[in-house]
Amino acid sequence: MIRAAGAILRKDLRLELRTKESVPAMTLFTLTVYVLFHFGLDRDSLDGELAAGVLWVTLLLAAVIGVSRLFAAEREQGGIDALLLAPIDRTSLFLAKASALFLFLVAVELVAVPAFGLLLLGPDLGGTLPELPAILLLGNLGVAAVGALVAALAAETRARELIVPLLLLPLLVPVLISCAQATEPLLRQEQGPEDLGRWLGLLTLYDVVFVLLCVAVFDYLLED
Amino acid sequence: MYSKGFMPLATATVVALTTALALAFFYAPLDADQGFVQKIFYVHVPMAIVALGGFVAGGVMGILHLRSGDPSWDLRSYVAIHLSVILGSGVLITGAIWAKASWGHWWVWDEPVLVSFLVVFLLYCVYYPLRFSIEDPERQARYSSVFAIVAGAFVPLNFVAVRMAETFTHPRVLSQTGGSLPGEMRLTFLVSLLAMALLFVTLWKLELTAKHASMQLKRLRRRLDARVTA
Amino acid sequence: MPALPLDEAGKYVAGAYVVFFALILIYVTILGAKIARIDRELTQLAEDDDR
Repeated sequence: MIRAAGAILRKDLRLELRTKESVPAMTLFTLTVYVLFHFGLDRDSLDGELAAGVLWVTLLLAAVIGVSRLFAAEREQGGIDALLLAPIDRTSLFLAKASALFLFLVAVELVAVPAFGLLLLGPDLGGTLPELPAILLLGNLGVAAVGALVAALAAETRARELIVPLLLLPLLVPVLISCAQATEPLLRQEQGPEDLGRWLGLLTLYDVVFVLLCVAVFDYLLED
Repeated sequence: MYSKGFMPLATATVVALTTALALAFFYAPLDADQGFVQKIFYVHVPMAIVALGGFVAGGVMGILHLRSGDPSWDLRSYVAIHLSVILGSGVLITGAIWAKASWGHWWVWDEPVLVSFLVVFLLYCVYYPLRFSIEDPERQARYSSVFAIVAGAFVPLNFVAVRMAETFTHPRVLSQTGGSLPGEMRLTFLVSLLAMALLFVTLWKLELTAKHASMQLKRLRRRLDARVTA
Repeated sequence: MPALPLDEAGKYVAGAYVVFFALILIYVTILGAKIARIDRELTQLAEDDDR
């Protein structure tokens, strides 16, 4: 199963490296949203809760784009049927897609977070290490699992582009809450983590519940 | 058309609702802090609890559907979620009325139950476009069950997350929904909760009856048409 | 905020309970009408069948 998942994952990564469709678009999107926030909030620099909120809402909205595109390759080339005919466990497909989304998010954040530090953040980004990467990774895990599930749920409905954001964003509210609350003290003028354990604990609970749940339930999707 | 147990159930519901109403206005004492406005509590909170229970029950029925393949479980899940969404809109409206009467604003972010309910409500509103955009009936049922399960698991997690968030931004001085309730209030609340739960089950059975009857009608009509053309 | 006087509070409480009962009433009415219609069509189909 791991081998099958790895094969699908490698195919998706190679495809992304070749076509460069999702990650650059998601990254560009975050930069554009930063500019929107600058004009919308009429602020040159943000700190504390405002900074945490802007950063995380932007990342979540970029994730929506990534989720909408997750099964695009299979859909456009009729590949879904080929995948389903092959004797592959649905779970492998889920692991592959979720891992792909996770890696896409990491790639986007490698640019988007420093860009945030450059464009909008008041305090120094360096003060947020090493906690911020931990928060990002745990958050990405939850987004990846739920995102892969939502992508599959919406994959074959007619109103796909509408359903993905409407479905994904409420489901990610706990992730937003945990990550924003955990990040906020790191972005204040007097930097330093606060209550980090509590929010990371909630994030971990969310991740565990949804990874397990999505793995269990994915078998019933894309079946035909 | 109605199952045998329906009439007693409906009667019990009407009795329970009337009793709850009477208790709320003639038996339960006036709240020291909120005054008469607190009476909304007896309709708002039971609705919220039953709606949340309905969402979780819809998820459990979704599990039963996936494991058994029996489409009637999906139908039961759909009706439970549908009813909970209707109750949910009632929760939000009565919550807004309570907020306006208690704090002067039609919406407040202080109440974690209300806020987490808004998120849950927004999520379950997507159930309808998702379900009805899938044409194949078997796939529609399967995908709906998956949604019901994931959303049902989400409900408690979301409540915890929102409550944790609100505790830090708006420390709650008074616990308004539970905690220490004087005896008469507690009895009134429990009867109201029971009445609401009975109401939910009655309406659930009623809607299922209507759905079964309409399916039977369609089947009969199809058979008659086939016979006519044959 | 101090508790509202009884007459003002009464409006809000009445409003909340009215919303609740109105929701149920509308729902039961729509459902009842649907079931009545199905009943009528079932009996009509039975007649058509007998003929």
